[in-house]
Amino acid sequence: MEILVCVKRVPDTAENEFELNSAGNDLDRDDLVYSVNEWDNYAVEEAIQIVDKIGGNVTVVTVGDDESEEVLRREMAMGANNGILLTDDAFEGSDGKGIATILKAEVEKGKYDLIMTGAQADEGAGQVGGMLAAMLDLPYASLVNKIEPGEGKIKVGREIEGGNQEMNEIELPCVVSIQTGINEPRYVGIRGIRKVASVEIPEKGASDLGVDASAVGEAGAKTKRVDYFVPDLGDGAEMLEGSTDEIITALIEKLKAKGGL
Amino acid sequence: MTPSIIGPASYKLFGFFPTWILAFVLPVIGIGLFTYIMARRIAPLIRANPDNRFDQIGLRVKNLIIVWLGQVRQPRYMLAGVLHILIFAGFLILSIRSTSLVIIGFSDGFVLPGFGGVLGDVYNFIKDYAATFVLIACIIAAVRRGIFKPKRYAVPEKYGKDHTAEAVFVLGVISTLMISESLFEASELAYEAANGAAEHFLAPLSLVWIFKKLLSAAPLNVLQGLHIFTYFVHDLAFFFFLNFLPMGKHFHVITSIFNVFFMRVKKGNIKPVKYGISDEQLDDLETFGVKKLEDFTWKHMLDFYSCADCGRCSDQCPANAVGRPLSPRFITIKARDLIFKNYPMSGKIFKSKLLVEDIYTEDEIWSCTTCGACEEECPLGIEYIDKIVDLRRGMVDEGLVPQTLQKPLKALEKRGNPYGKMEKKRAEWAESKEFQEICQVKDLSEDGEADTLYFVDSITSYDDNMQDIARRTAVILDKAGVDFGILGKLEKDSGNEVLRFGEEMLYQDLKSQNTEAILETGVKQIVTADPHAFNALKNDYKGLPPVKHISQVVAEKIESGALSLKSCQTADKVYVYHDPCYLGRHNGVYEAPRKAMDAINGLTRVELEKSRDRSFCCGGGGLMLFYEPEEETRMGVLRVNMAAEAGANVIVTACPFCLVNIQDAIKVAGKEGEMEALDFTALIEQHLE
Repeated sequence: MEILVCVKRVPDTAENEFELNSAGNDLDRDDLVYSVNEWDNYAVEEAIQIVDKIGGNVTVVTVGDDESEEVLRREMAMGANNGILLTDDAFEGSDGKGIATILKAEVEKGKYDLIMTGAQADEGAGQVGGMLAAMLDLPYASLVNKIEPGEGKIKVGREIEGGNQEMNEIELPCVVSIQTGINEPRYVGIRGIRKVASVEIPEKGASDLGVDASAVGEAGAKTKRVDYFVPDLGDGAEMLEGSTDEIITALIEKLKAKGGL
Repeated sequence: MTPSIIGPASYKLFGFFPTWILAFVLPVIGIGLFTYIMARRIAPLIRANPDNRFDQIGLRVKNLIIVWLGQVRQPRYMLAGVLHILIFAGFLILSIRSTSLVIIGFSDGFVLPGFGGVLGDVYNFIKDYAATFVLIACIIAAVRRGIFKPKRYAVPEKYGKDHTAEAVFVLGVISTLMISESLFEASELAYEAANGAAEHFLAPLSLVWIFKKLLSAAPLNVLQGLHIFTYFVHDLAFFFFLNFLPMGKHFHVITSIFNVFFMRVKKGNIKPVKYGISDEQLDDLETFGVKKLEDFTWKHMLDFYSCADCGRCSDQCPANAVGRPLSPRFITIKARDLIFKNYPMSGKIFKSKLLVEDIYTEDEIWSCTTCGACEEECPLGIEYIDKIVDLRRGMVDEGLVPQTLQKPLKALEKRGNPYGKMEKKRAEWAESKEFQEICQVKDLSEDGEADTLYFVDSITSYDDNMQDIARRTAVILDKAGVDFGILGKLEKDSGNEVLRFGEEMLYQDLKSQNTEAILETGVKQIVTADPHAFNALKNDYKGLPPVKHISQVVAEKIESGALSLKSCQTADKVYVYHDPCYLGRHNGVYEAPRKAMDAINGLTRVELEKSRDRSFCCGGGGLMLFYEPEEETRMGVLRVNMAAEAGANVIVTACPFCLVNIQDAIKVAGKEGEMEALDFTALIEQHLE
């Protein structure tokens, strides 16, 4: 099976303390560390497991700048066979639809049976998977937590509210968005990344893909971020302050006072 | 001249068959077979990875004399140990007798060179008692194993069949050797006595002495028959035993001398990924760590052969004690069973599968805290930590790392600490205004010079509760007049556990960043309050100035008079000191913290039964804090209960990880209010003059 997994480089929520920049319209990105979006990592692991079972190739693709190459290498160190970096000044500032447009162009260059995305990204809106499927006119399964590969079709599972499980059959080629917990992604260390350090990763721009530069990037974006802020504390919300012990003591007292304990 | 008994070299069976032929053929077959078996057993060692065990010959000879010949680790388990010393000493003494007995079979009256005169008489006297003591020891051992069945010999179902039958069988073979040897001699002496020969002096109450008395009334032909019969019983038993040894746990009779000679001579360090490959060449290696059987080093294979199945390692193992799926004894036994299976006595050698899928489980290998209790105990010098680390290196290389550990490892890669906190906040513990009024800490990454570097390490730098250790250490150093500074944002995690969890390249990265930053400061010594950092900097890093733990500095400064301590502020409390594994067992620092505590006038201090080199791990430090093991209880809870039994109500530790684990354990054990955990630096700071 030929599988394409779309991945994204995001600031790592576990290893950063987020602060707003001075303009107040984005994060202060000077001191951030980045990694591959967690959901995408599960998607790549799932793709590798499918290929290990029934054969084929896993290709990882991302839309981003030069630094996004790092996440492609990490996924290739996991076991993805190929990486493609879609990069162009014209892509900067793309909204969800712009990203889907760029990815669609790349998907059409290859012959993929299965296209995977993460269900959402750490700082994303969960748009790209669905839009990509619609643009490609392919069937789409979202929030997939189980895949059983088959001939010409696959079975995909989805968790339903309340803990029930649903299984759907979907014809190939198709697009699926992957939920975390579908597997246990393997560990990639520095050694793994160094092993693939010299593997060539092709870069493609708007002209290589045949994408109209005005349809993507800031120029083509129909949604624009107008504000970014930490919400004010609302009524009834209170931040407990002090050392961990003091916070715990205060919390216990509050719970007791309200009859919660 | 009185007629004497006919020996096997001259005897004719049924009047015509010379028994010397048998006595000659038996050793030829026995030794031939033994040579073949040993050649098959050595095959996997030749295919194994290299190991550097021919250095430090002086220390190795010392181990041979103390650990092998002196059996110094045996009496740590008193009854079993004393029984073993008796059997071991008996074997050494009787090996001479057995060798000459084999030759007597085809050469009448053979005496080993030098054993003809007084030496021979003295030897005979000693060996008669040796045989007697060995027999008595065997009987007690057999009763103990067969009837009383001490718990540590039990084989849990998941690890295979019980080994009692083999153990008792071998005790039976040894007893047969002792009895037949003694009867062989007693029958001759009784025969001579019956013919009026001069009485030999015999060791009173020895087996020979008893048997001779019992045989004094026996007819001459019976004595003659018994003499020949017991000779061949001994000969057969001897060569059977020789060839049976390499088939199981009694292989140690042959391998122990080599295993002890080649045992670990340095403590606290971890073996390189591959001997002969420098750190710079690591990138060129195709594969890392132990994945298949032959990836073990030849010494580690020899360890598998040498295990006597005594169960002491697992009896001391804290992971085993809390019901984690790890028992060091079976790390060895399972590998030995696999060697025996893959390298059969004849025919094709089988290929090994991935060990963590075949004989081990991932959880089993992650369960080890590398506390070193097993290695400290093993009378044969069998190693576990290096094997566990090598297996983890293999798992990391295959991507088999639990999600709970992937997060901190990634944070270490990106931020140099397992919490993913910002580098610039590493020195924040020293920056509050209140603290700066008491003590100013120089940040050597910004400016300034100092004699001494205080290496804080991650948990003490970032964990809210542990930052107190950093502040107190700074105050103590200040008070003691030490000119010190910290690395601030340039300090990375020491990587003690990164190395021990098998993430070699990440460790190399942390090591080179720290080494560069430390050497840049030009300090003359390093002090730390974290035994894990202490161990890594001292034993794993190369080319650094000398490293001391804060307890050593405090003990020295008290001795020199630079620090003086007040009388005990809480004289009604009973204190107990818990030895951290990486301070005690791995680095031999047992006395300094005790001396410092005893310098506090009026402080009541008791000792734990499991203390010093038998200390019981609190649950493990570094990355082990992130790992979620399957276990029935926590190591810390057992430790807190031990302290309570010792009558203590304050457990003093000298390690931030011990403090975390024991603080938690006190809550889990429901002993809040009764017991408290206190860091060494807290106790000292409270009592600073």
